[in-house]
Amino acid sequence: MSSNVHMIERLEKINPKKVIIWTLLFIGSIIMVTPIIFMVSMSFKTGQEVYIFSLFPEKATFDNYLFVLKESKFLYWGLNSLWVATFSTLSVLFFDSLVGYTLAKYNFRGREIVFIAILSTLMIPTEMLIIPWYMMSREFGWIDTYWGIAFPGLMTGFGTFLMRQFFMSLPDELIEAARIDGWSEFAIWWKIAMPLVIPALSALAIFHFLGNWTAFLWPLIITNDPDMYTIPVGLASFNGENETNWEIVMTASCLATIPTLFVFIILQKYIIKGIMLAGLKG
Amino acid sequence: MFNKFWSDLSINQKLAITAWIFLAVPIIFYVTIRFYPTYEAFYVSFMKWNLLGAKKYIGFKNYFKIFGDDDFWIVLWNTIKYAVIGVPISLLISFTVAYYLNEIKFGHQTIRAFYFIPFLTTAIAMAWVWRWFYQPMPIGYFNIILSWVGIPQQPFLQSVEQGLYAIMAPAVWAGLGFQIVIFIAGIRAIPKSHFEAAEIDGAGRVQILREIILPALKPTTIFLVVISTIGFLRIFDQVYSMSEDSAGGPLNSTKPLVLMIYDFAFDEYKLGRASALTVILFLLLLTVSLLQLWFMRKQR
Repeated sequence: MSSNVHMIERLEKINPKKVIIWTLLFIGSIIMVTPIIFMVSMSFKTGQEVYIFSLFPEKATFDNYLFVLKESKFLYWGLNSLWVATFSTLSVLFFDSLVGYTLAKYNFRGREIVFIAILSTLMIPTEMLIIPWYMMSREFGWIDTYWGIAFPGLMTGFGTFLMRQFFMSLPDELIEAARIDGWSEFAIWWKIAMPLVIPALSALAIFHFLGNWTAFLWPLIITNDPDMYTIPVGLASFNGENETNWEIVMTASCLATIPTLFVFIILQKYIIKGIMLAGLKG
Repeated sequence: MFNKFWSDLSINQKLAITAWIFLAVPIIFYVTIRFYPTYEAFYVSFMKWNLLGAKKYIGFKNYFKIFGDDDFWIVLWNTIKYAVIGVPISLLISFTVAYYLNEIKFGHQTIRAFYFIPFLTTAIAMAWVWRWFYQPMPIGYFNIILSWVGIPQQPFLQSVEQGLYAIMAPAVWAGLGFQIVIFIAGIRAIPKSHFEAAEIDGAGRVQILREIILPALKPTTIFLVVISTIGFLRIFDQVYSMSEDSAGGPLNSTKPLVLMIYDFAFDEYKLGRASALTVILFLLLLTVSLLQLWFMRKQR
């Protein structure tokens, strides 16, 4: 009883305008996730029930998941995507920060030219390079290889720029002191400078990994063998089939989406912070 | 020999050499994977080439053919429509949400997460879901909902008029979360003292919005406008996966530039003409970037 009175007192303090705003925002946020919710719901429906408009399947079934994981090549695609995105992200973290650090902390002739040259690559759209990359890959036999999928993204102008910004804010005295102590140049970067920019590194890692995980155009071109497809290319390959088994397609789409959502829910704070960081500095 | 050479150098020379050693592999990468291919794209755009035979120099013929092709103008117009309509709609929604979401404490994180989640999805996966929503009556959710309120069935993806917007919707939907997060970061970066000063002056909500928040968000807005304009001008994934046989809609009504490039290059193997199209896309994007620089400059 007393808690009720308390509640009413608290409710009276709440501004009705704010309640309306909150409700509208909340409804909007539910609408935003509706497509995902229906996707999940359909993945648990049988082939006939898919065609009925309902949120909860009458008889939830795991058969679709078993089918996708056992009968389709989805597991291959998942491993391909995972491997390419991981390899590419590690490369970007290493090289973009090495270059960013060099451009931020070394004085040498030609530094400005290198910086401007790398920055200028931001202006070149991927679409323009795709035909030359394809010609190159044909010549060197990179079609249907992991290297072929990954090589265009092993270094990025954006990451280099971002890392340079962060390394510039490190005090020079720190590096000087390490030099006097006899640290090697590589060790100063790797062991002293790198740990100080971990927030920037994680932002870059998240961005690059996500970009690779969802990348479509280049993997579509460079892979012909269904065993080498990444997840997006594999998902798109359902389009060519005459008859679409929607519950299967939805299940595969779920399997493509849910892992990233899990990672997001766990790391939400860092991801949002990272995006704000990269967005504001970049 | 090397040791003697090394010990004779001054510290600055040593550091410069170290810097170039650090840059060696990246320079090879940028030259072979970025700059040379850029040059090659321009070069091939002046060639007639079908991937198998020899390249034949034909001057500006590829460009003339493109400009003489009615389909190109349809496709260019589609591409511009995606950007010119998609960007204002998504920025208007994302700013409104960010502005109000910023003031909310109860459930802030959860609501923000819900808005953000679509940004993490794979366009190809969600394309299937949206295609399902757009289906005709007994199946498609949108048409079911429309029938509840007594609106006749809509053809959505099947129609020349609606197809482009039906594809734009998931693109806007997926991009909102990112824009909202950036807008909130921008609002939070405004010094508290500005708001306090305004309140002392007795400024109302609308005044604070117009005279403090909007001007302070100008750089953020320019950044988002450019990023999303470039994104929409390069739209491909959604169109490829949502139109029947990846053809770009009835009568090319949803086809954007990148899909046309893809078709020329990897369907018809007209690599010269495809390259010329990529150069046109490049010039389009360059214009947008230069406009951004110009606006930023004007800011200061």
